[in-house]
This record gives sequence, C-alpha cells and structure tokens, in this order.
Amino acid sequence: MSEPALLQLVTALTAGHIRVVDLTQTLSPEFPQIVLPPEMAQAWPFRVEEASRYDARGPGWYWNNFSCSEHTGTHFDAPIHWISGRHLPNNATDTIPAEHFIAPAYVIDCSRESATDADFLLTKTFIQQWERRHGRIAKGSWVLMRTDWSKRTDPVAYQNIDATGQHTPGPDTEAVQFLVDERQVLGFGSEAIGTDAGQAFHLRPPYPCHYYMHGAGRYGLQCLTNLDLLPPTGAVIIAAPLKIKDGSGSPLRVVALVPEANTAPARTAAKKTARKIKTAPKRKKHPRKKR
Amino acid sequence: MTRPLVRPPRKNPILRTRMPTLPPSGRSRVALGLTAAAARGQLELQVCRDCGTVQYPPREACKACLSHRLDWKPQDGKGELLSETTLRHANELFFRERVPWRLGIVRLDSGPTVVAHLHEDCAAAPTRVRVQANLDRAGQAVLVAVPEKGTPNMAEDRQLREMTCDPKFRKVLITDAKTPLGRATVEAIVAAGADLVWAGFAEPWKKPPGFERLSALPQVSLVPLDLTDSRAVKSLAGEIGGRVDILINTADHHRNYGIAAREGVETARAEMDINYFGLLRLAQEFAPVMRARGADGQSSAVAWVNVLSIFALSNFPPHGTYSASKAAALSLAQCLRAEMATTGVRVINVFPGPIDDEWNQALLPPKIAPQRLAADIVAALRGGAEDIYPGDIAQDWLARWRDNPKALERELAVQR
Amino acid sequence: MSRRRTGYDDVVVTTPVTLPYVRYSIRGAHWFLAGALAELFKQSGFRKDEVEGLCVSSFTLAPDSAVGLTQHLGMSLRWLDHIPMGGACGVVALRRAARAVQSGDAEVVACVAGDTNHTDSFRLNVGSFSQFAQDAVYPYGSGGPNASFAFLTSYYMRTYGATREDFGKLCIDQRANGIKHPHAMLKKPLTLDEYLNARLIADPLRLYDCVMPCAGADAFLVLRRSEAEKRGLPYARILATIEGHNTFPDDPIQYRGGWALDCDEMYAQAGIGPQDIDVLSAYDDYPVINVMQIEDLGFCKKGEGPDFVRRHTFTADGSFPFNTSGGQLTLGQAGASGGFLGLIEIIRQVTGRPLGAAISNARFGLVSGFGMINYDRGLCSGAAILAAGQSS
Repeated sequence: MSEPALLQLVTALTAGHIRVVDLTQTLSPEFPQIVLPPEMAQAWPFRVEEASRYDARGPGWYWNNFSCSEHTGTHFDAPIHWISGRHLPNNATDTIPAEHFIAPAYVIDCSRESATDADFLLTKTFIQQWERRHGRIAKGSWVLMRTDWSKRTDPVAYQNIDATGQHTPGPDTEAVQFLVDERQVLGFGSEAIGTDAGQAFHLRPPYPCHYYMHGAGRYGLQCLTNLDLLPPTGAVIIAAPLKIKDGSGSPLRVVALVPEANTAPARTAAKKTARKIKTAPKRKKHPRKKR
Repeated sequence: MTRPLVRPPRKNPILRTRMPTLPPSGRSRVALGLTAAAARGQLELQVCRDCGTVQYPPREACKACLSHRLDWKPQDGKGELLSETTLRHANELFFRERVPWRLGIVRLDSGPTVVAHLHEDCAAAPTRVRVQANLDRAGQAVLVAVPEKGTPNMAEDRQLREMTCDPKFRKVLITDAKTPLGRATVEAIVAAGADLVWAGFAEPWKKPPGFERLSALPQVSLVPLDLTDSRAVKSLAGEIGGRVDILINTADHHRNYGIAAREGVETARAEMDINYFGLLRLAQEFAPVMRARGADGQSSAVAWVNVLSIFALSNFPPHGTYSASKAAALSLAQCLRAEMATTGVRVINVFPGPIDDEWNQALLPPKIAPQRLAADIVAALRGGAEDIYPGDIAQDWLARWRDNPKALERELAVQR
Repeated sequence: MSRRRTGYDDVVVTTPVTLPYVRYSIRGAHWFLAGALAELFKQSGFRKDEVEGLCVSSFTLAPDSAVGLTQHLGMSLRWLDHIPMGGACGVVALRRAARAVQSGDAEVVACVAGDTNHTDSFRLNVGSFSQFAQDAVYPYGSGGPNASFAFLTSYYMRTYGATREDFGKLCIDQRANGIKHPHAMLKKPLTLDEYLNARLIADPLRLYDCVMPCAGADAFLVLRRSEAEKRGLPYARILATIEGHNTFPDDPIQYRGGWALDCDEMYAQAGIGPQDIDVLSAYDDYPVINVMQIEDLGFCKKGEGPDFVRRHTFTADGSFPFNTSGGQLTLGQAGASGGFLGLIEIIRQVTGRPLGAAISNARFGLVSGFGMINYDRGLCSGAAILAAGQSS
C-alpha cells in the first residue's frame, strides 16, 4: 500500500467513515469450551487467578495470571491444528505469513436457516446463490458464516448439546471443497464453537472444514460475534494470532473495518464486483452494543 | 425421652452471632489413642498385651503389670452407670454456655471406671448403659454413655448434638451434584431433613442422565459452581457462604492412568485442579465465613466433608495420578481441619473404596454404590466420626495400611 | 497385717499460724507463704536462720517449687521437702517433718502451706490438675471437683440412705462453729432451709456443699519437745499417723478412703480408741467426705454414717465436736492450706488456744486429710492423733 492510502485509511477512521467492529467474545471463565469425550484430552477453559490487587501480594498494582487452551474463546485455527495440515510449510502460529492477518471478509447470512435448524449445513448451492446476489468471493478472503449463534448468550443454548452430541450449524463437505478449491479462500469463520457443524463428526470425512481447510493451508476463526454488524462484502478483517511457537491456534482479538456507507439502509443491485463497496441488505438493526 | 428436634425459629438479626467456644482440648499424647479410634467412630481402650488388663484413663504403662505393651482394642463399651450428676456451673465458657449438662460415672464390664457425658435417655443410676467415643467440638475424643438399647430420636439428644453434625434443619452445599455420587448425596441429605440443599454444577451444557430430577426436589436449589474457576467460587461464597452449615465437597476428577500410560500432564493437572486446587479454592472462600458461624444457634455451621479416596492412603498405580491428587487433597484437608478446629466446625474426610461409576468400570467388584456412600456420609455427619472408610475395599485397604503400609504398597504395585 | 511402727517419741508440733484468708488476691503464692513463715517465726521466737528444715505445700507456686522458695525467701536449709498432696498435705508434712527431727536430720522444721487465688486461678488449676484430669475429666463439663464429688455424693446417698438433711446438719453445725472464728469467710449462721434450697451446683450438690476457693497460708513448727519447752512454746504430741495413696483402686466408685485400711493400726500405735477422741478435724471440701471419714476412722461402721449424724451434734459443745474451726466450708479453701487447716485447728484445741469455738479439756484430737482428685476419686488420705502436751 502507498503512504497516501494509509493516511486515507486513518483519516477515514478518524472521521468515522470507517467503523471498527469487534468480532471477539469476551474471554471469561463462563464462556464454554469445546466438548470432547471425557477420556480424551480437553481444551482448558479460560481461567484467571488474581495475582495481586493493591494488597499484600502486590501493594500498588492489580494483575492476574490466566490459563486457557490455544482453542479457547474467539480463536484462530492454524493448519497444523489438523492432521491434514501437519506437514505444510508455515503452518503454525509463529510461521504464518503476517500478510494473512489482514484480509477482506465475505459474510454469508445463514441466520434465518440456523434459527429453525440447529444442524443447518451451508451448501455449495447456498454459496452460489449468495454469490449471485453479492458477487463472486475473491481469492484470499475470509468467508464468515453468519448464523447469529453468538446471540445465544446462555451457554447451554450456545452449546446445544443433547444425548447425540452438539447441534450447531456449519458447512458441508462440498461447500468446504468449493471454497478451498474453486474460491481459494484464506479461511472460514463461524460463530459457533467450531468451524465445523456440531454433528460434523458424522460427515465424510469427519470435520470436513478442519480437514480440507487446514489440509490446504487455510485458516479457521471460531466463536466470532457481531457478524450481523458486517456487510456481506466490503469489510476487512484483522485477525492476528499470538505468536506461539509451534502453536496450533490462539485466542485473539478479531476486528473488522467496515466502511460507514455500508450501514445505510439502502438496497443496491446485487451484481457487483467483490472489491466494490456496496450496501448491505436492509435488515433490522440490533440495539445491543456490547455484551 | 429425647424429643424430636423442632425447626429453629429464624435468626434474630439484631442479636450478635455468638462466637464459637470449645470444650477443653488439651490431651496427653497417650490419650490421643482414644481420639484416633473415635475419629473412625470406634471406642478403643488400652489393653495390656501381657496381662490382658483393660484400662482407662490412658496410661504409659499397664497399671497391673507395668508392661509397656499396650494395644488399643475395640470395646463394646457396655457397663453400669454407677452415679450421675447434672452440672449447673462450669469453669469453661463452652460448658457455661450449655449447662445444665448431664454426666455419669460408669463401671465398664471390662473393668475400668469412666467419667462420661450422659445421654438424657439413660435411666437413673444404677442402670445399664453403653459407652461410646465421640469427637467433641474441640475435635478430641470424649466418652458418651447412651442407653444400652437404642431409643427413638436418640441422635437428637441436646448434648450429643454438640458432638455430631446432624444435617436435619441445616443448609447444605454439595459442590458437584452432577456425578452419580453427587446426585445420591443430594437425595440422601434431603432425606435426612436438611432445610435447603444447594446443588452445585459445572459446565451446565453437560446434562448427565438423572440430573434434571434433582431440581424437582423442593429443598434443592441448583447453583453454578466450577471449582476450577476461582472467581466463581468466590462469587458463590459471597452469595450463600454465610448460610452454609454443612459443605460436602463431592467434586472429583478421575482418570485411569498411571505415569507411563498417559503422555503429558494434562489429565493429571485436571485432576489436581479439581481434587486439590478445587478444595483449596473452596476452603479459601467458604471456610472463613463458616468459621464465624460455629456457634450460630441450633443450625450453626458444623461440618465440612471432603470426599477423598482410599487411594489417598497409598497409591493405586493404575489410577496413579488420581491417587496422587487425592493424597494432596488429604494433606490439604488436614490443614483445613487444623484451621477449622478453633471454631468447632468439623472436617470429615471420606475415604471410599472404588465407587461403582464410569471411571471404575474396569475394576472388579466389590465397588461401593453411590447411594451407599451417600448414606455413609450422612451417617458420619449424624454419628460424629471424622474419618470414614466406606465400602469393603476401603475397609480392606485400611486394615492392610494400618497393619503395614509398606506391605500395602507392595500389594498395590502388583495389582493390575 | 499389724506392723511395728516406731513412735514419735518426744517430737512435738507447735505454733499454729494462719495468714487470714482473702477471696481473691493480686499477690503471688510466695507472698502468702512468706507471710505465714514470718508470723511463724514471730510467734515462735525462732529466727529465720535458726530453722534448718522447710516443708512446703502449694499449688500456685509454679514455676517454682520448694527449692525456688528457699532463694526467694533467703532461707538456707539442711532439709527440704515439697508435699504436693492437697488435702492430705498437713498430715503428710507432719509425718515427714517429725521423722526428720526424730532422726536428727533437722532440729526444727517449718511446715507451710498456702496459695494465692487470682480470678482465674481456680479454672487453670483444675484444668491442669493432673494428666488424668486433663485427659478424662476436665473435658467433661469442666465442673472441677464439684462434678467428681457429685458422683460420690449421689452414689453414697443412694447406697447408704444418706439424705440432704444429714449433710445439712453437718454443714449447719460446722457453720455454727465457724462463725465464732475470726477468719470466717461466711459469717452468718446457716439454716437448714438455706442449705436445702441453695443454688444447685452439680446435682445433688448445692452451694453450701461446696467450699469457696480463696487465698491464704498456714504454718506450724515441728521440733523436739525439749526445744519447745526451752522456748516456752505450747505444743502437741504426735501419737500416731497414717497415710495412704490410691488405696482401694478396685472399688468401682469411691465410697471409702485409705483410712479404712489401717486406722486400727493408728489407734493401736496411739494406744487409744475412737471413743477417746475429743475433737475431730476432717477434711471437709464436701460433706459426703466428712461422713466417709467418720466411718473410715472407726467412729461408726461403713454405711452407718447417716445414722451417726442423726444421733450426734457437731458443734464444739456438742456430742461429737467436729471441725470446730468451721472447716473449709466456713473459712474457705486457700488451696494447699486446706490440707493444713484441720491440723492447725487440732493443735490449737489440744494446746487450749483455739481462735474460735473452744472445747473444754481436749486431750486427744484426730486430724484427717484427704486430697488429690486425680481422676475419679481422692487418692491421698492421712490421719494423725495429737495429744495435749504438758502445757508450758
């Protein structure tokens, strides 16, 4: 990028022409973590131990020690996370090229479908229909599956587990292969606890989004929130995982830069190029500002 | 005859909560033999190995033949009440606050004359009685003469209740109600007449079969509680700590690995996080406020129960890291007991044998049913022991351990 | 079982002194012991450095013992004893001192007993009285000796038919004796109604069955008769003494004391019988023990005590002069002094110098001691028969 472009960006941010949307869930002990059969190793939930609070343990300062998994809260999945990506170059959090941390995002709204079907699977057809309205997904972009799952603030509803396991939406195998091979996306993001659907163990292969995305050196983002505040196209995501040596992923802060014009409640023609700014479809604004 | 306990009136909030006082706790070292047995709920007296004399009070040598070879042996405690008195005046605060107080002097059939607390259902002297050993509020053994044959409501004798931790009309926190033992304990404590049971549960999205049934019990209030979450423990203590009369820590993380069978420390750490640090977190948050309520009327704070494991005594290598976490918890529980001792709140350690649950699936019977273990916990609260070893395996291992801990270590080393 | 006991020849006891008792004191035991010794030296005319032997009894001297007291009071001695035997310490001190003088180990022995009483002394003393008390009594209601004697009293009443009125009669007569004593703590006569309806302490014991702990000291001198006569000191002769410890250990509960074992020997040694005794000082921390002593010292058979009480009067002018000083029940229990009090009174009566109620022409006096409720019973017992000496 040229210097004037960056200055332009800063000016737009300062002027409010570009909004910053926080796509991150708060790291808290209450936020649920992935459930695996109990005999398997478990992801640590976020836990915090107070080190001192202006007291005998540290008279003038407050600080905590925390612990969590690489896959706790809103987090990033590196290719090395999955067995299919284990031999790829630059596949861990410390070796991923830094330029991948900033990329455009395409937001596919599946919220209506997910509301009625917790096991909703995003299909290739669904994506192609979406592209007909919003344009072709450009190479090197994030595809974010908006389900409004993050609005389930009750952890029980969020996890949505019954005797057959978890029931959350995700992509099917064909959709993943389409995004990887035919659109060459940077990665796939979701609001639920995994990039794969809750029942994806029963897909072929099991957990296709993990298998194919990471097998192709692509990334995952999960436990995202506020995807409803993003336009279908035109947002830019900043998602830089902690530089953990040989890390399979990391909790991180994910923010989106959104051109202000996008929030105007105006409908425009569907057929636009991906790079061109366009308005979001008219929808109800969520009064919630912050959890 | 002892009248059944009635629900106490609500506490008068303008009156100062009484500070806990204790009966005299000083004992010679040799007298602690009585405490050692009473801690298990048993009466044992010194018996001379050389001449067979049974003696009391405890001595350093046989009063008959001066032998040092004295064994503490179980006694049936039967004897005749020779005389009695009712104290109306006492030198120590604990008894000053509790007079009148009935005492008796009993000639045991085995020989010794003993001074004992006297149950109100014992008839006037001379009469037959049975002497048992209880731990008093100071945690020291005392003898209690009770009717030779049981009477209705016997456990509700006013004096005996000063030595026991009856859950009736009390408020009880059970830290993890989701395990089979947790559920059974909730049900047993409700059946024992508790006023209110807070049933803790972690990871609310996991609902084990049968858990929903608990919330249907009118006495039960489900409370989120994850012992790995310091803030959650602190928060719950802030909400209900001042009302908890009995805390039963059923939270347990159990995996079946030794050292070689599992790479890494993740499961071992999870075991420590619940079994050891979980207890520490609970103790730091709940113990201080319970300590302050050690004399808060009929339904004072009275007991803290740790469900440990017989594996705490000696490592069971197939469950090696679990055993270690329980040994750590036992050590911490001893610290807690010492810190609670000044207030009369009893710390009861439960050392069950393998519980018949998913984590002991591969162990051969006998295994203790969760319901049976829960019943034993209630019995310990009512009876006044502070260390119980429920189940056949626990009893077997305890006997081996007391006999020769090194032998038990070897025996467990070859058990697979 | 009869044995040959050497008599005390011409060893005598003289100069009974009492430092008046007070309910509470801020002073240490040393203060009281020093006061009694000073009075002893003053009344006897002995200088401190003339006394070669010292016999001490005290519960509250800790951490000192008799040894520490020698330096504390600047006494250089050739003979020293410490008698931690509570209610029996007077008789035992007398026995020890008499043999020391008789053998020539010491020419003159001062016997002293005393204790202070701070507001918390009694509780502390009771709580740490003995290992058995600490382990097996004090945790049971912390009632102290009240509880122990309540057991014995209740048992005795049930077994031998004694009534509260019987004990009351003894207490009333003792009080009648005691109110004539200048040191009486309780200065009013006791009525039967007051006795029977007093505040319950430990059933069946009520307030006037129990002694009042206080502070004070008593002392006397043991020396050769020739020395006493040389100095013009009124004295009593020692005819016989006994002591016993843990005497009937197999009795399920105490209903007799050690006197029952060998009081016959004592009378034999004295050459007199119970019928010759003109005055009895019994250890009286509770009335039941008075009745036991009357029985076990041969004034009646075991179990006939209640009847004996009903047949007699116990004032100084009564048919059986008993605890003519008023005893501890009237004067208070100044710790170990309680073990001296009865002996002091017998010396005073047989030397014709009582401070309070007097009996006429007391030739033979019997003093009895009892003490140390180590666990469930009093372990120490002792008795001595004193006779009037030739008055100076």
